Amino acid sequence: MNPLLEREKGLLELERRIEDLRSASEGKRIDMSAEIASLESKYRQLLAELFGSLTPWEKVHMARHPRRPTALDYIAGFDAFDELHGDRMFRDDPAIVGGFARLGGHSIVAIGQQRGRDMKENLARNFGMSTPEGYRKGERLAQLAERFNLPLVTFVDTKGADPGILSEEHAQSEAIASSLEVFAGLKVPTLCVVIGEGGSGGALALAIADRVIMLEHSVYSVASPEGCAAILWGDASKADEAAAHLKLTAADLRGFGIADEVIPEPLGGAHRDPEGTVTRVLDRVGALLDILETYSLRELLDARYEKYRHLGSWRDAVAGSDGAT
Amino acid sequence: MPMADWLRGGRNRDKVRDDAAQWVKCPSCGEVLYRPDLSANLDVCARCSHHFRMRAHDRILSLVDGDFEEIARDILPADPLAWTDKKSYPQKLADDAEKSGMDEAVLCGFGSIGGYDVALGVMDFHFRGGTMGSVVGERLTRLIEAATLRRLPCTIFTASGGARMEEGMLALMQMAKTTAAVLRLKASGEPFITVLTDPTTGGVSASFAFQADVILAERNAMIGFAGRRVIEQTIRQRLPDRFQTAEFLLERGHIDGVVERANLKPTLERILGYARAGRERRKRAELSA
Ligand SMILES: [Zn+2]
Repeated sequence: MNPLLEREKGLLELERRIEDLRSASEGKRIDMSAEIASLESKYRQLLAELFGSLTPWEKVHMARHPRRPTALDYIAGFDAFDELHGDRMFRDDPAIVGGFARLGGHSIVAIGQQRGRDMKENLARNFGMSTPEGYRKGERLAQLAERFNLPLVTFVDTKGADPGILSEEHAQSEAIASSLEVFAGLKVPTLCVVIGEGGSGGALALAIADRVIMLEHSVYSVASPEGCAAILWGDASKADEAAAHLKLTAADLRGFGIADEVIPEPLGGAHRDPEGTVTRVLDRVGALLDILETYSLRELLDARYEKYRHLGSWRDAVAGSDGAT
Repeated sequence: MPMADWLRGGRNRDKVRDDAAQWVKCPSCGEVLYRPDLSANLDVCARCSHHFRMRAHDRILSLVDGDFEEIARDILPADPLAWTDKKSYPQKLADDAEKSGMDEAVLCGFGSIGGYDVALGVMDFHFRGGTMGSVVGERLTRLIEAATLRRLPCTIFTASGGARMEEGMLALMQMAKTTAAVLRLKASGEPFITVLTDPTTGGVSASFAFQADVILAERNAMIGFAGRRVIEQTIRQRLPDRFQTAEFLLERGHIDGVVERANLKPTLERILGYARAGRERRKRAELSA
């Protein structure tokens, strides 16, 4: 069950009433502005109550919201985009989209994990879960960025890698492992935006970057809460409990030093103002690209290595101190 | 340190040994095996050749010539998420330490195999299912970095259920950390060899396990990204028994070879020999340049 949709019912009802009043008052002489203002104030109050503090499980649903902007919505916000297809071997995986793009003064390569915006598209795009061909396409485009000496921007939004028979036969492990290697060593500035759900190695395959930014209500997790619950307790229905344990919110990830910054969303979530959210994210992407351009390649690669080198938490029995993070 | 001292210092290994039942039933053929015989046969069933999951200490003993210089043994697990479900994470760790004689799911160090000096990492499924948390990632990263620095080939034996849930995203990030270290090892020209043992899945198979120059697997080892149960639930049908076995992966072209445990040491020695030949060629070229 989706706890968010339940909560949103009251909001939708209010939205409808405000809209009705507006259209009723239009063209008539009765002034309903007071009533409308009162309803709008109630609406804002309800919005703040509903979304002021979300549980981790509610955040997961926010990240998966069907109307939340997807990779292609951000890509549509670029000044230009030339899509490139395929892994040059077997297939063009529609769960990964990518190509050349222009954003302000920056020419870049962009790659995104693309889930569907309705059931039909979800079936076509396998709910944003990549097959090995998708990761090989992503890896190829990342290498193309290096060949053209262009910065790389990725949009992460997947429950995880596709867990199917064909994906195993086509070496899903190798595809992800190889993508990690390419991203870790890519000789251009790299920037990753977690826009929705970042699920396990399937997300990480596109997420090793000089800067990782997360939207406020996006999540990023070692496994999907359902997967974690199935692994630990043999019961995927305990996903809400797993979500509470996993420390998967953008704020958590910022705390671990995995996310470098968090971009705030409009009250009620990105889907309440998709255009505004896309603009805000792309503005920040442009600004960060400006910053990354001030570093030499050597500085970028060293800093990238150091960033991941220090992630983790352990005790050092001899030094008597705690490890990094 | 000499092997005997290393083993003595090796936690409560002897205790685990004594506690273990002296008779073991082969899960494959049902033969009842006397444990000392089984150990002497590298934990392989004498009747049907079933490969039992090997303990990391025993694996190292079976490979290394004389001494083993263990590194990073003081790196021990913490509890970054303050995780508690049926048990607390620290309690799970303590219970596994008691049962397995390990303090984490990997041992790392330096030794020689048939006269070839190597950096050697061995994972152990008996501790937390070989899952990779911060300690596994940190110990392996130190091993790979040390191999790069000392200019030695690096060999890692994998056995893992994937990333360790109880350390959340910090566990997942070990994939990125080890990957970056592997990349530097390869750039330095040193060879990287992995041996995939039963089972190798998830975050370990999708990172360093499949980043090696040469990838070997033990016979009948289960290797894959997604767990068998997850796939069966997704596709709602039973998978063939051979699916995700080492032999299946060999047929599909994912790995270089499937090796019987008895042949593993000589096979590794030959590969290390080829690596040394290449290194000597490079040296000659540098001298004549
Ligand atoms: Zn047997």
